[in-house]
Amino acid sequence: MSSISEKISLRRARFDFALRMGDNGLILSHRLSQWLGRAHAIEEDIALANIALDLLGQARLWLSLAGRIEGRGRGEDALAFFRGESDFRHFALAEQPNGDFARTIMRQFLFDARQLALLEKLGESADKEFAALAAKGAKETSYHIRHSAAWMRRLGCGTAESNRRLKEAAEELLRFCGGMFCEERGEELLARRGVIPSADILRAQWQSTVEQVFAESDLPPPDAKAIDSRPSFCGHTEHLGYILAEMQSLPRLHPQAKW
Amino acid sequence: MRKKNAADAADAAFCARVAEGFVEPGDAMPDGYRATLIRQMSQHAHSEIVGMEPEGNWITRAPSLRRKAILLAKVQDEAGHGLYLYGAAETLGTTRAEMTRQLLAGEAKYSSIFNYPALTWADIGAIGWLVDGAAIINQVPLCRCSFGPYARAMQRICKEESFHQRQGFEIMLALARGEKAQREMAQNSLNRWWEPTLMMFGPPDGESRHSAQSMRWKIKLHSNDELRQRFVNMIVPQARYLKLRVPGSPKKDRRTGDYSYGPINWEEFRNVIAGNGPCNRDRLRARKKAEEDGKWVREASAAFAKKHLERRAA
Repeated sequence: MSSISEKISLRRARFDFALRMGDNGLILSHRLSQWLGRAHAIEEDIALANIALDLLGQARLWLSLAGRIEGRGRGEDALAFFRGESDFRHFALAEQPNGDFARTIMRQFLFDARQLALLEKLGESADKEFAALAAKGAKETSYHIRHSAAWMRRLGCGTAESNRRLKEAAEELLRFCGGMFCEERGEELLARRGVIPSADILRAQWQSTVEQVFAESDLPPPDAKAIDSRPSFCGHTEHLGYILAEMQSLPRLHPQAKW
Repeated sequence: MRKKNAADAADAAFCARVAEGFVEPGDAMPDGYRATLIRQMSQHAHSEIVGMEPEGNWITRAPSLRRKAILLAKVQDEAGHGLYLYGAAETLGTTRAEMTRQLLAGEAKYSSIFNYPALTWADIGAIGWLVDGAAIINQVPLCRCSFGPYARAMQRICKEESFHQRQGFEIMLALARGEKAQREMAQNSLNRWWEPTLMMFGPPDGESRHSAQSMRWKIKLHSNDELRQRFVNMIVPQARYLKLRVPGSPKKDRRTGDYSYGPINWEEFRNVIAGNGPCNRDRLRARKKAEEDGKWVREASAAFAKKHLERRAA
């Protein structure tokens, strides 16, 4: 590859990666914020809102960075509110509906386990901007996984009912986890350059965290083979369209307005 | 007759005690004082929790990520306020579970303002600017009320509320300086929220049931009409700055400096309190659903904690 075209693909890959980070935070934060006032105790309303706020904060930084990398004047709001379904790059897992509290905790834990592995490695990235955002996010994510894993154990080992619900949540959501390890366009290039860790490393670390917490939560171990044999879940589900319809309606109604 | 004299003497002694400084949870206090505080504080806590509904429903639709983050943090603060207030009320011998039961059974009230719908984004601005503005006027004096835990909770809450009010005003300012549709949205929202906000201070002084005794006990420091006037005087100049028209075209009294307002439809006020506002049913339904849906989680949590304790004891 010539150095100019490699430079262009590198820029494109950094843009895509930053977008993916931003979109994951934005969409998962959207889902968590729907819990406000719905949780079983006020303390949990506050906890879920806190996580939603952290993820939204991280999303804003990543989307702003994506806009700067792209260099076409798009800021965080242009990227969040004026892209359609096919341009969103988050995992299908992040957009899955909240379901009951067990489903929400399971989704969060499965996500946190990958996110923490990623951010810790990304803190040592050759890309200084990525490393700085990752360092900030890693600290927050270590609290998120402390919260989600504690609830995994509490629900898994609480009552027969809570264990049943958590099992159902695992069955429902594990099928989307393969999508967190599909290497997207440009990611292989970034991994080769030492900008991001490879999907294999993340996959292995994720598996070990998940196996450990599943065991502590009285759940059967996740079937690694089944997870990896479902690459079709690298894309989105029908839920995304409804999220965007809700999230984007007002700015799209008044596209020139300042808020 | 002797009994009445003894009660009067005890009441006078307690009023003298109140003048000396904060009453704390372990101190002796008349049953009526305790009951009034539990009613007032739990009502206040319920208002914070029910108040999360109208604003919470706009988090997923906020028009910019900055506004979304601010609103999310604000609604989270309200959950925190509910938590302090339930905690402060618990020092009087009730429990959060009992207070929640009263709310869901319709035995306890919450601020009637939250029975009005947040229809547009401008309503999020108006709620911050007007509703939180009214709450501050009501609550700042309570930082000096006679019951220590309530006064201390209010000090913290008022700091956050004044931040919320400025954020609400800032939303209105952006709309007022925005496009025609945004200005109309802002004006429409002020039109709808103005009168319900004036009602937040309660019925006119002559009709207020609990006022006189509460003022003697220093759990109410100013009359309803006094606070309402203070609010109107604060808001009218701000509305003019925003170039929005306050309903009823307030006029300034040259002698007192007070702005006119009203008349207020007290029939509507009573009707909304009685459960017939636009959103009463939705608000209570949401609280009941959270309570019912969360039952299995609370049971799991308790079972897990018990197992944990047993394991530690073994």
